[in-house]
Amino acid sequence: MKHLLSIEDLSYEEALSILDTAHEMARVSDGPVKKLPTLRGRTIVNLFLEDSTRTRISFEAAAKRLSADVINFAAKGSSVSKGESLKDTAQTLQAMGTDAVIIRHSASGSAHWLAHSPWMNGSVINAGDGTHEHPTQALLDAFTIRKHLCGGAGDLGGMNVGIVGDVLHSRVARSNVLLLSKLGANVVLIAPPTLLPVGVESWPATVSYDFNREIPKLDALMMLRVQQERMNDYFFPTSREYAQYFGLNRDRLTLLKQNSIIMHPGPMNRGLEITAECADSARSVIVEQVKNGVSVRMAVLYLLLAGSSEIASAVNAEVNA
Amino acid sequence: MSAYLISGGTLADNTQKDILIVDEVISEIATKVVSASAASAVVIDARDCIVLPGLVDLHTHLREPGREDSETVASGSRAAARGGFTAVSAMANTFPVADTAGVVEQVYRLGQATGLCDVFPIGAVTQGLLGKQLAELGAMASSAARVRVFSDDGNCVSDAMVMRRALEYVKQFSGVIAQHAQDPTLTVDAQMNEGVISSRLGLKGWPAVAEEAIIARDILLADHVQSRLHICHLTTAGGVEIVRWAKARGINVTAEVTPHHLLLTDDLATSYDPVFKVNPPLRTLKDVMALREGLADGTIDIVATDHAPHPTESKECEWQSAAFGMIGLESALSVVQQTMVDSSLMTWEQVVDRMSVAPARIGGYSNQGQGIRVGAAANITIVNSKKKWRVDKDLVASRSRNTPFHGMELPGVVICTMLRGKITFDGQMRAVNG
Repeated sequence: MKHLLSIEDLSYEEALSILDTAHEMARVSDGPVKKLPTLRGRTIVNLFLEDSTRTRISFEAAAKRLSADVINFAAKGSSVSKGESLKDTAQTLQAMGTDAVIIRHSASGSAHWLAHSPWMNGSVINAGDGTHEHPTQALLDAFTIRKHLCGGAGDLGGMNVGIVGDVLHSRVARSNVLLLSKLGANVVLIAPPTLLPVGVESWPATVSYDFNREIPKLDALMMLRVQQERMNDYFFPTSREYAQYFGLNRDRLTLLKQNSIIMHPGPMNRGLEITAECADSARSVIVEQVKNGVSVRMAVLYLLLAGSSEIASAVNAEVNA
Repeated sequence: MSAYLISGGTLADNTQKDILIVDEVISEIATKVVSASAASAVVIDARDCIVLPGLVDLHTHLREPGREDSETVASGSRAAARGGFTAVSAMANTFPVADTAGVVEQVYRLGQATGLCDVFPIGAVTQGLLGKQLAELGAMASSAARVRVFSDDGNCVSDAMVMRRALEYVKQFSGVIAQHAQDPTLTVDAQMNEGVISSRLGLKGWPAVAEEAIIARDILLADHVQSRLHICHLTTAGGVEIVRWAKARGINVTAEVTPHHLLLTDDLATSYDPVFKVNPPLRTLKDVMALREGLADGTIDIVATDHAPHPTESKECEWQSAAFGMIGLESALSVVQQTMVDSSLMTWEQVVDRMSVAPARIGGYSNQGQGIRVGAAANITIVNSKKKWRVDKDLVASRSRNTPFHGMELPGVVICTMLRGKITFDGQMRAVNG
């Protein structure tokens, strides 16, 4: 693996290997010295051309725990979001001897474009491209499900996962549908028809408009963020009506199975897609997702940049030192 | 006197004939030309070649005035001649917009000065292509450019009342409105065909209905006011059905398809390479097959290139920021040969109709599209249909390189193009004597 651009490119084995490596990385994060020397002397650029705090910080923490040098390149605004500048940026980063670029960009396909451009030799990691994919989010979600419901090993065979909300605009949903189904889970997309893409029937997932009917079957429930501005584009009549049909609230919480977990990629709109009491309930693993994100991103950086050296022994050496 | 003898070529009707051209006109067509002028004529060896009347493009973006970095009338004319065209129609979306007699006359004169093909300006339907106020259609019609085709191409004339008035108004000078059928409210920020591929790629969808709804509406409007409508770049199977229905009802509508929509499909977007980004977007294989069928049975009247040059920086970027459009003048005939002739869907006679006779008729270009016959203007394209060539974006005559066919091997090599008896492109022409 040279790049991580989309879940579509990952094989089942590669996906599992990332989760297994993340499992080892979690031990580093839980240890007294949260650091491995593996990527010492390597330069990683966080190229965030779209607003994001949590994903950037998560990648930064992951890279630093592997002892890499991290450069944060954040830019908002029109000039940098245009392609010509992305080309120039790529050339600049290349000239500076960058080993890996973690890119967040508002344009779908921008990570793919950067990785396949002749101006970039290093690894490219997609940290969210438009409404296309967000592969490390899906990996951390799979890691979280596996940890809670599958004994922390193997795949997600037989798990029932519901993804609820704005699937149409969600790169998190696209990556999760591909990854969770690849790992053997049954995915059901629960949303109003306006927030499902034309062509969704080709996805490895089923579709339901009836949240209440699906809840009792689910092992994991993933709530997607609904952006308020969607209301102006006729996707649903009012936020009240949306919350009534597709929001997670106290009543729906009671329909959940005993051991099911509640997930959210953040940031949450409390009161819209999820009420505070659900977000903060004992079923919620939302904060843990953030923690797992660091382990998964460490695993990705490790596998892309450190190659195939034996991870377990490296971790043992550090943790036991 | 200048004379050429095109020797040993095959006409579209599959007969082998020699063609004698004296000055601007075809003077004799025979198995063995007897006229005295043949003796002093320059001989063009056309063995292994098909001899066609010069091709006519009804939809070309020459970018001049305003975007001379991507194309000029001169460079576009060179590309046209190289592709076998003897006439092109310069779309109105220039800077300034071709919405006044002054601009269309300028473009017309630039075409004449270049002299490599006839350049017929298309006038804007509305001022500034904004879809609000009609442009001075009459002034453009009576200008030196004698504009008959009007289009806001790039934009749809989306307001039904503006479209109705435009259709009515152009009746007084036998004009035609060429509609870019795209409901703007259904295609805000749209990037590619809406379907399975767009759902995967996370690129905003451009539904077929956005095109078909306008086609249907305008056909009904044209029928109501008894005017003439031309549909630019049809791309969907549904659109073909609607036009077929309209023609069966006797409604005065014509339609065009581009070479790229006859060959390419939306799955090319999986590369995120903006060279495949075009308006209207590449559709599915089902649509491609329906377009080919529609072109073969005459539902679609013509092939038009929608040659749309863009500078490198407009395409060397992520998909969402890239410009829409592809160049196509130099590859059009080859793509049509591959998709329609070599696949046995159409004969060369039908190619002559779809790429020369019919577009000239729709545009009212009376000195073009006259076929290969004695007395006709000597507008001629000689193509070696047995040879293949590899498209190379770095070897195009156009100022821009945004060809989606780069690297593809295509059949049909244009070896000579002639405008009114004057050679405008000389590929591998060999003078045997004289």
